[in-house]
Amino acid sequence: MSTLQMTSGTEKSDTIPMIKLGTFLLMLPLLLWLFLLIILPHLDLLTVSLREKLGYREYAFSLQNYIEFFTEPLYWNTFVRTAVMSIVATAITLVVGFPVSYYIAKVIKGKKRNLLFMMCLIPFWVSELVRTFGWMILLRESGVISSFLQWAGLVDGPVELLYSDATLMVGLVYTSMLFMVVPLVSVLDTLDDSLIEAGYDLGGSTYSILREIVIPHAMPGIASGCIVVFMLTLGNYLTPTLLGGKDSLWFTEQIYNQFITRFNWESGSAFGFLLLFLSSVIVFVGLKLSRQTLADTVK
Amino acid sequence: MIPSLPQSKFSTRLYAAYITLFFIYLAAPLVVVGVFAFNDSLFPSMPWNGVTFDWFVGTEEPRIGIFNDGQLLESIGYSGFIAVCVTLLSVFVGTCNAFLFERHNFPGKNVLYIFALMPLVIPGVILGISILIFTNSIANGVEDSFGLDLDFLRPGLFIVIMGQFAFVTTITTLVISARLRKFDTSLEEAALNLGATKWEAVKTITLPFLKPAMIGAGIVCFLMSFENFNTTLMLVGSDSPLTITMFDRLKQGSTPALNAVSLMLMVVSGVLALISVFVQRDKKAVDDE
Repeated sequence: MSTLQMTSGTEKSDTIPMIKLGTFLLMLPLLLWLFLLIILPHLDLLTVSLREKLGYREYAFSLQNYIEFFTEPLYWNTFVRTAVMSIVATAITLVVGFPVSYYIAKVIKGKKRNLLFMMCLIPFWVSELVRTFGWMILLRESGVISSFLQWAGLVDGPVELLYSDATLMVGLVYTSMLFMVVPLVSVLDTLDDSLIEAGYDLGGSTYSILREIVIPHAMPGIASGCIVVFMLTLGNYLTPTLLGGKDSLWFTEQIYNQFITRFNWESGSAFGFLLLFLSSVIVFVGLKLSRQTLADTVK
Repeated sequence: MIPSLPQSKFSTRLYAAYITLFFIYLAAPLVVVGVFAFNDSLFPSMPWNGVTFDWFVGTEEPRIGIFNDGQLLESIGYSGFIAVCVTLLSVFVGTCNAFLFERHNFPGKNVLYIFALMPLVIPGVILGISILIFTNSIANGVEDSFGLDLDFLRPGLFIVIMGQFAFVTTITTLVISARLRKFDTSLEEAALNLGATKWEAVKTITLPFLKPAMIGAGIVCFLMSFENFNTTLMLVGSDSPLTITMFDRLKQGSTPALNAVSLMLMVVSGVLALISVFVQRDKKAVDDE
């Protein structure tokens, strides 16, 4: 089987301009995967977004789909709203998740620590659909929290907690928590306790130690956590659809509507491309600001 | 700040209370989903009417338990089939990629590596629509030029498998590469010195070493595929997998049967998660030797 031809460690540094047959055969699955399922489909997405339907399978080049996006306030507003809400959700996830990560990495030790960390991971082995369904049962008018509030005498009648922006936030933060906690725990693990002790001995307050020592050290983890959470939130479809209700449009819902409900693939592709563009720009800016590479982030 | 520093009891307790609240927040939705699977009511909501097992084993309308619900069982079958195909394919390609990126040098390696990571930053909905458009273009092109109708390129199981495979493979590549990086190549060289062919050496030494990572990656793949929603939604045809069936029912208004399915899903995911942790443990033990 020449497909698994080896080169030993010492040969690695050799630069041979020609690709060996073995290497090429091993590369074949990778190339098929990347070209047929990633690169060509996205180029096709771009072409479709740049054309206008004239008749049955008759098309012409046009910027119409993009012009439509910028001139129709509904699309525009949904786009901006999705971006802003995603940024807010990312910030809340960071603020909620940081103390928890710090607790796991620095305060608690040994078996308890592993147990807490595992408990953080468990919800994410469960389908997003199930998690969202859980929130619906908790928050709906006839739900657990509404009943509890009535029982406690805090409200007179059933309260509808679903279908608002606040609910949507709760769901979005819940869904992406893991992707914040894991990088934060691993970066805080590498912070030497003696640095915190030194800060304390020099008279630093909790706040100044956090600001001067802990947060600067955790910056790479904060950056990669935020990037991943932002991306996932931006591309989320289930949570906004099920928890957000009719008024809170999410951009992925617009894409779905264009494709499946209105069967307008051209404008749906343009929307898809804009979302991809927004997501890539934010990821790129995030990586640049934190001086990281994509390869670092996934580690 | 840390246990070795003195701090007020009040702040320690406040911190502990916050952590407790956080874990209640994490657990609450999952617990209610599980508990309401047993509620003796037609809706998964309050009030609590006592315990029933109808939503698992019921046979009469409107209380059809999940084990007697043909549509639901069929969709579980589709999900299982998709997940098995995606897992086998992506573990195979992931292993090839690991060998390629860890053991070989070729022009354009870094560019290809970046491309291999790309699926992680592409939102699932976008990946879905781009594959939908592309397969549709090919199918239309073939139909126009050769008059052949390539049915498998229309929305359905095949392109769902392709769509999920497209992003899951990045995960298997990363997990298996990380393991391969720790492999001591002198073991393989020893086998070669003892007269093994390259393939024999890889098969008897390297692949067994990679096995824990391959199983771990496989379990993650299986779950990611089984639970995938965004990409699948755009590519699905008439045979809908479980998540799509559940979503449709959820929009129509749910019965506790959905809770029962969810509970089963949680149990299966939990068991698989434990197995994967067990495999990881095994991996650590090997590393320590």
